[in-house]
Amino acid sequence: MNPFHYSKPVDVSQAISLAGAASRFIAGGTNLLDLMKENIARPEHLIDITGLPLKDVSETANGGLMIGALVSNADLAWHPLVEQRYPLLSQAILAGASPQLRNMASTGGNLLQRTRCYYFYDSAVPCNKREPGSGCPAKDGLNRIHAILGASDDCVATHPSDMCVALAALDAVVHVEGRGGKRTIEFADFHRLPEDAPQRDNQLADDELITAIELPPKGFVAHSHYLKIRDRASYAFALVSVAAALELDGDIIRDVRLALGGVAHKPWRNKAVEQSLIGQPVSRENFVAAAEAMLRDAKPLEHNAFKVKLAQRAIVRALSDAATGGNA
Amino acid sequence: MSETTNQAFAEHSIALTLNGQPRQLNVQPWATLLDVLREQLDLVGTKKGCDHGQCGACTVLRDGKRVNACLTLAIMCDGAELTTIEGLADGDTLHPMQQAFIKHDAFQCGYCTPGQICSAVGLANEGRAQTPDQIKELMSGNLCRCGAYTNILAAVEEALPQSATQALTDGGIDA
Repeated sequence: MNPFHYSKPVDVSQAISLAGAASRFIAGGTNLLDLMKENIARPEHLIDITGLPLKDVSETANGGLMIGALVSNADLAWHPLVEQRYPLLSQAILAGASPQLRNMASTGGNLLQRTRCYYFYDSAVPCNKREPGSGCPAKDGLNRIHAILGASDDCVATHPSDMCVALAALDAVVHVEGRGGKRTIEFADFHRLPEDAPQRDNQLADDELITAIELPPKGFVAHSHYLKIRDRASYAFALVSVAAALELDGDIIRDVRLALGGVAHKPWRNKAVEQSLIGQPVSRENFVAAAEAMLRDAKPLEHNAFKVKLAQRAIVRALSDAATGGNA
Repeated sequence: MSETTNQAFAEHSIALTLNGQPRQLNVQPWATLLDVLREQLDLVGTKKGCDHGQCGACTVLRDGKRVNACLTLAIMCDGAELTTIEGLADGDTLHPMQQAFIKHDAFQCGYCTPGQICSAVGLANEGRAQTPDQIKELMSGNLCRCGAYTNILAAVEEALPQSATQALTDGGIDA
């Protein structure tokens, strides 16, 4: 990796004051250092934020949770309040990475993971995400793992996180702070679709730091399920994943959340499809109809057409498992 | 917590506890813990496999938690308590997990073994694995290219109850 300057600020305002276009914040480092070893990330300055006071999980006044950006993925998945109130989130985190990586990786950093598109990682070939305007070899290349929803001519990469799929389903809110002050970003708006600027994965400005993730009170404790489909039983990125959550009154659906991983540049939700399930009874027919609607706009590439059916079947199974108490 | 430092590409001094001994080290910002252990401290038990966090051969314990040394910057270990494979035995008495690996012949070439053992001790500290299936899932960050998994599982299963080196508590990453 390239040489860089190193700083370790002691508070958030100091961290933000040091940040710029050529700097990166580092916490767990599990993705950033990997990208630096591949010479894909070449920051001139690393700002070590592990000394900042962002390590607590606390209850909010409205009955939700505030998760500090530096809480490790393992500590979050196994936090008693998360296990009890947001089993969908625990399950999704534990479906991702390895125990070592989960011990290292931070909550904020998980949101900022970059795609594992082979071409993004291969600095010998063009990539619009790595070098804007250079082209996208994945579109007509080996694209088995790539996006089927929301892609653009410039980029067909997928977002790799499992945690983020659950956070999307749970309507989490991202708290950020920059030199211009604090703001919150709805999870659905945090990550971007590639459009004509795939180099930008999310809405953060260069000087903005994720300080916390807020979970609303509703955790769908009784009826949620995270289903991850991958090429081996453990420690692999999702080909397709589904976060499914239901609120039931008898067998009538009062509320539902459905988020997909492995299919798009961001966790994929479709609120119209969720709306269509509300008031309906739990049934295979209704789940199949929702699954078909979720994938109606899918545009598969040469090697990933299988993902359309796979996603539909995974949705039906995840909703069915959630209905029968997937995490109980 | 260290002061902010921003000297041009300077070596930085860090203090840590390594295998029970306090150590003061000068490290370059971009040096990984794995390279510092192997090249600077001659602790070559910790192995470099993939160097990208995928194989687990570099697994060490940081404040009792298993981490990949290849994706850890040494400079970020200031104040940490580190245990490598060299620090698990008590004098000439092997750690129970080391003993179990020998008893069950849980290796062939042995290259992944230090990482497997450190990872299994981290697993014991976590206290989350009860069944063979849970052990397999929670050891999935350690690959064995020889395929000695059956014996590794037997060794881990047997030694797990005696292998915790410290109880872990919730509370985020330690700076």
